[in-house]
Amino acid sequence: MIDNVEESVSEILSQYQSDPGSVIAILQDVQAEFSYLPPEVLKLISWKLAIPLSRVLSLATFYRAFSLTPKGRHPIHVCLGTACHVRGAQLVLEKFERELGIKSGETSADGEFSLDAVRCVGCCGLAPVVTVGDEVHGKTTQTKVAGLVKKCKA
Amino acid sequence: MQGVKGTTMPKLTIKDLDGIAAGDKTTKYSLRLMLCAGTGCVSNRSLEVKEALENEIRRRGLTDQVEVVPTGCNGFCERGPILVVQPGDIFYQQLSVKDVPQLVEEHFVKGRPVARLMYTAPGEKQPTPTMTDIPFFKKQFLIALRNRGMINPEKIEDYIARGGYRALIKALTEMTPERIISEVSLSGLRGRGGAGFPTGVKWQLVHNAASSNGGGKFVVCNGDEGDPGAFMDRSILEADPHAVIEGMVIGAKAVGAADGFVYVRNEYPLAVQRLSIALDQARDRGLLGEDILGTGFQFDIRIKRGAGAFVCGEETALLASIEGRLGEPRPRPPYPAQSGLWGRPTCINNVETWANVPAIITRGAKWFAGIGTETSKGTKVFSLVGKINNTGLVEVPMGVTLREIVYDIGGGIPGGKAFKAVQTGGPSGGCIPSEKMDLAIDYESLTEAGSMMGSGGMVIMDEDTCMVDLARYFLSFTQDESCGKCTPCREGTKAMLEILTRITEGKGMPEDIVLLERLATSIKDTALCGLGKTAPNPVLTTLRYFRGEYEAHIKNQKCPAHVCRQLNVYTIDPGLCLEKGRGCDVCRRNCASDAISGQKNEAHAVDQAKCIKCGVCFEVCHFGAVRVD
Repeated sequence: MIDNVEESVSEILSQYQSDPGSVIAILQDVQAEFSYLPPEVLKLISWKLAIPLSRVLSLATFYRAFSLTPKGRHPIHVCLGTACHVRGAQLVLEKFERELGIKSGETSADGEFSLDAVRCVGCCGLAPVVTVGDEVHGKTTQTKVAGLVKKCKA
Repeated sequence: MQGVKGTTMPKLTIKDLDGIAAGDKTTKYSLRLMLCAGTGCVSNRSLEVKEALENEIRRRGLTDQVEVVPTGCNGFCERGPILVVQPGDIFYQQLSVKDVPQLVEEHFVKGRPVARLMYTAPGEKQPTPTMTDIPFFKKQFLIALRNRGMINPEKIEDYIARGGYRALIKALTEMTPERIISEVSLSGLRGRGGAGFPTGVKWQLVHNAASSNGGGKFVVCNGDEGDPGAFMDRSILEADPHAVIEGMVIGAKAVGAADGFVYVRNEYPLAVQRLSIALDQARDRGLLGEDILGTGFQFDIRIKRGAGAFVCGEETALLASIEGRLGEPRPRPPYPAQSGLWGRPTCINNVETWANVPAIITRGAKWFAGIGTETSKGTKVFSLVGKINNTGLVEVPMGVTLREIVYDIGGGIPGGKAFKAVQTGGPSGGCIPSEKMDLAIDYESLTEAGSMMGSGGMVIMDEDTCMVDLARYFLSFTQDESCGKCTPCREGTKAMLEILTRITEGKGMPEDIVLLERLATSIKDTALCGLGKTAPNPVLTTLRYFRGEYEAHIKNQKCPAHVCRQLNVYTIDPGLCLEKGRGCDVCRRNCASDAISGQKNEAHAVDQAKCIKCGVCFEVCHFGAVRVD
């Protein structure tokens, strides 16, 4: 599924001199590289850093930035911060769920889309905010949702 | 002159700093276009405007006279992309690529500012050309945000030219650690992260603490801005990262630390990027690292990225996370000042607190203490968001009233709706009702009103906000973010959330209010850390000021603000639909559940059995024919 897993992980580890204190940063880089934390990589990290696998897994499940399942090619995040909430973000999230046919936290079967609710991306001036990949979209409404999804498919 | 990573720039001397500061007055450009490249404006395509401006300026042969400077957040996010022309302070707003040719032709070639692209305050006929005259900016007083929109945050020379690193010179060459601490104490600066602990007292504790296991002390910057609805720290790090770095070096000298960390939220990639560039430049130029400015003082800073856990904003959890452990809080004492990172004395302050320090050292404690109220000195940065016309970032002197913030700076509530309440302090804070509009804001007054200063999120609510739903929202947040270590927070917030959820679904029971109050009190008294102890606050304040709304949900199964969807009924007024909209059919086409019947030129109707209450018909109807009861 992933080529040269060991090589990529070794490269990440060497950037941190295999320092066990940097395990969170290492997991972040792995997450960025593979869009999730593959089980074999967690075992590899545990082995290389001499940290029990149970501890690596506890970090991987405690912090929200990590996922144990792959994210979509177009990761969609709907902000549910306070400013977005009072401007109707929940309705926008549900519209995405219907549009994509997946629930918040899931990835579509074809691996194209993943949908997640996030707690404040700090663009409260533009609420409600949705991020598609690295792009930030402000002042979203239910009616804009279909267009955002279509743009990704194009 | 940019100190890009990999190129080595000569170390700066104190004389060089003087030279750069003086040099700015004779800059080769006659016009500098300060274009906002903060996160908000970037999402409004300000980088495309930047490219268009640069191309047009090149095309018109103006490259020697006009410079485009990408800045951090200007603050007036509502109006982005924003461009301020210096000198002259001319403020342009909501720019798009197609405005660029006219702007360059008229303003930069012919010298005639373009009124069409300026800001016109609500109710005014004429635009306000200069930034400082715009009501949003007029009542603000900038200390922490002193360089916002005035510098390129990726150029250390810009910061130095605005007087940056002068405080560092003073602290390293003229002041003893004791003098620095006494200056900060006398200024009255208190922690801007929320709790308001006196900064000077904290520094003194770390200064006095002996390092037990032989290693050095640490200085930490808390940039884990987790409160939803708040982006003060993000903006400071993006707009003026050197202010934070300079503050931390001064703090390190005061407490005797050689190593520092900045912990930044993972959700803020631009802040991390700008801070990394700033750290590299400061290191290259001899303002960080060994022998800073030739004074023999040594200090360096590393970045630690958060990994998305709200509880890491709590200081003991944050320190655990820096060490590579689970971000779970631990009981205090010992406080981090005595035993922090790896058991060593650690001075931890928030981003905004650090950004205030250089200004205090440069201008003196007396100046700072002259601003604000009896107990709260200086200014506070707030992110003004929610149901307000001028959303954005504001810095105001302590003691300003809510009314001034909401109406004078914020421009009031959109759509002529009534102001209902303001929520401060994030999930740990509370709601302050409209009756308290004239409350002078400081740490004490907000606590007395049942809320708290918090880190500075200020979410405005109008008549369309349901206070029970808001309380449920915050409890769902804290419940979700509870680390699970202590029972009162883990189980207690869950029980409260269940009760609030059934109330918003119209299934509340008469005894629920009393039950909520009892649960709230016991969680407050018994939870381990600040997150748990303050989690019931949003419920307690909404019960205190908006009890009637809870009762309406429980007794009448009605949501007065029509937010709690289970209680809403959507109907279409057939008369309005036909007469005004001529059965335009937009609602039927957008309906998520085929619940609307009717054809073009016919009155439409909602089938209540099929309706999932998503409200999209209400959103798309231009004729006010869709009613919600």
